[in-house]
Amino acid sequence: MANPMISLRNVTKRFQADGQAAVRGLSLDIDEGETVVLVGPSGCGKTTTMKMINRLIEPTSGEILVDGKNVLQQDPVLLRRGIGYVIQTFGLLPHRTVADNIATVPKLVGWEERRIDERVAELAAILHLDEQLLSRYPAELSGGQRQRVGVARALAVDPPVMLMDEPFGAVDPIVRARLQDQFMELQRRLQKTIVFVTHDIDEAIKMADRIAILNIGAVVEQYASPEVILRDPASDFVEEFIGEERGLKRLALIKVSAIEIEEGPVVEPGIPVEQAKQIIERYGFGWTSVVEDGRLLGWVDDQALEGHRSVAEAEIRRFSAAVTAESSLREALDSIVSSRTNVAVVIEGDNDYVGILTVGRISKEIVTK
Amino acid sequence: MTVALVAEPLFELRWVLDHLGDVGQRLTEHIVLTGLAVGIGLAISFPLAVLAHRHRRLYAPVTWVTGLLYTIPSLALFALLVPITHISTTTAEIGLVSYTLLILIRNIVAGLDGVPADVKEAAQGMGYTDRQILWRVELPLAMPAIVAGIRIATVTTIGLVTVTALIGKGGLGYFILLGLRRFFSTAIILGAGLSVVLAVIADALLLGLQWLLAPWRRAARRRAVA
Repeated sequence: MANPMISLRNVTKRFQADGQAAVRGLSLDIDEGETVVLVGPSGCGKTTTMKMINRLIEPTSGEILVDGKNVLQQDPVLLRRGIGYVIQTFGLLPHRTVADNIATVPKLVGWEERRIDERVAELAAILHLDEQLLSRYPAELSGGQRQRVGVARALAVDPPVMLMDEPFGAVDPIVRARLQDQFMELQRRLQKTIVFVTHDIDEAIKMADRIAILNIGAVVEQYASPEVILRDPASDFVEEFIGEERGLKRLALIKVSAIEIEEGPVVEPGIPVEQAKQIIERYGFGWTSVVEDGRLLGWVDDQALEGHRSVAEAEIRRFSAAVTAESSLREALDSIVSSRTNVAVVIEGDNDYVGILTVGRISKEIVTK
Repeated sequence: MTVALVAEPLFELRWVLDHLGDVGQRLTEHIVLTGLAVGIGLAISFPLAVLAHRHRRLYAPVTWVTGLLYTIPSLALFALLVPITHISTTTAEIGLVSYTLLILIRNIVAGLDGVPADVKEAAQGMGYTDRQILWRVELPLAMPAIVAGIRIATVTTIGLVTVTALIGKGGLGYFILLGLRRFFSTAIILGAGLSVVLAVIADALLLGLQWLLAPWRRAARRRAVA
């Protein structure tokens, strides 16, 4: 295993010499290209921990290594220019245009003007910021746009490490979900090493490769992947913090492709009704999917087949919802409970039938793993 | 003498036209005295305000001293200074500058205080040095408040300059004093009127400057309207 990109070693922070430690002997390793979310109740020391990495807060004792180098032995100003930083309220410079805001760090490190212009245009494209926004001032932008400018600014000199302090906390929930999706998409391409602070466990579950759940004093209660934390909380504190609906939250993390899909009852439209009824009986659902040349047409039940000679003559009903290999098990479960067939039908490509998922299949997944 | 006052019209345009050269000279003097006072006041206030902003415990003593200066009646101050610095521009300026300090320092500090904390934190987090934060973030954002202070200081000083006529300076105050001594209303109206006009013009020019220096505020207003 390669060395971690960020390494905190026995880090302590006391704001007053004789006071309680805000961070108490914290050790934490973060691998390259990994998104680690620090999550915990307010006052647990998660933001303090993050701000010690770029020395906005100086540790009282301990060691912090970024890319193998001790940050405490570096010029804090130069250190910060090499680490992306995004805060909740964005902190855009109100007197500078969007383009100038994005160009902040390139200007500080002395890039040529042409290179800066090219980089600004590139980042605007990456973050879906319309070109005409570049000459506007932050006050003219929506919350979602400002957030993306904040991210673009942090990415400007392509730093390997990004620190993000509740970066989606100041936008409304609908915009937040979209920005989170866009950011995850971006991160898949950029593979930055990200330290992300939030108090929202659902956001942590969604964004993180690993979550560090912190108790007061930045004491690590558990440091593991979201899946492991939900399946196997290490303490009562963790269990309480991740809250209700643990099972559902886990289902949201598992993709349909990760579990075995059942074959399900299938008939071709050309076959006689008698044969179709046999198939329905064999599976015991009371209905069967109708598939022609691999394509899903819909489903029929015994009642619909009554009085017809072949399946094609009967009324074939469409499935109200279908899931794909990329869907989460939570979406599959939603599809199950909202459909009259009581299963989720799995398709791929342009309506090609793959199989079905039942409640039994999904709950087996949760219970056994 | 009362007879003469009644016989004369309130305002004699002819007298003014006959003394145009004088008017020009006194007007120039008035502008120079004001400009010097505000300029020197700014040069003193600026570092004091930045210090008081950085080191909060300096704020109270700085405003206490300048506040004390501000409360001294201008007539008394000039009278006190004449034995020391004699009848001179220096005497006038010491007084005039003293009165600008409180206004300027308070406005500069208020402007710097008004810079949002998250903007400063983000600037620091991106790798601005403290000096860069002051010059590239705090001062540009404080500029509207600072210019607002300069406006008040300028208008106040333009009025105060007339008082320095008593120590042989005074710009347009010369006419006011002349009119008072000779019971000659034309000179009083001329001096007071031009002083007011000068103040109004200076205020408008500085308002324009304030507008020019803060294009981002207009942008914010555009959005508010849209």
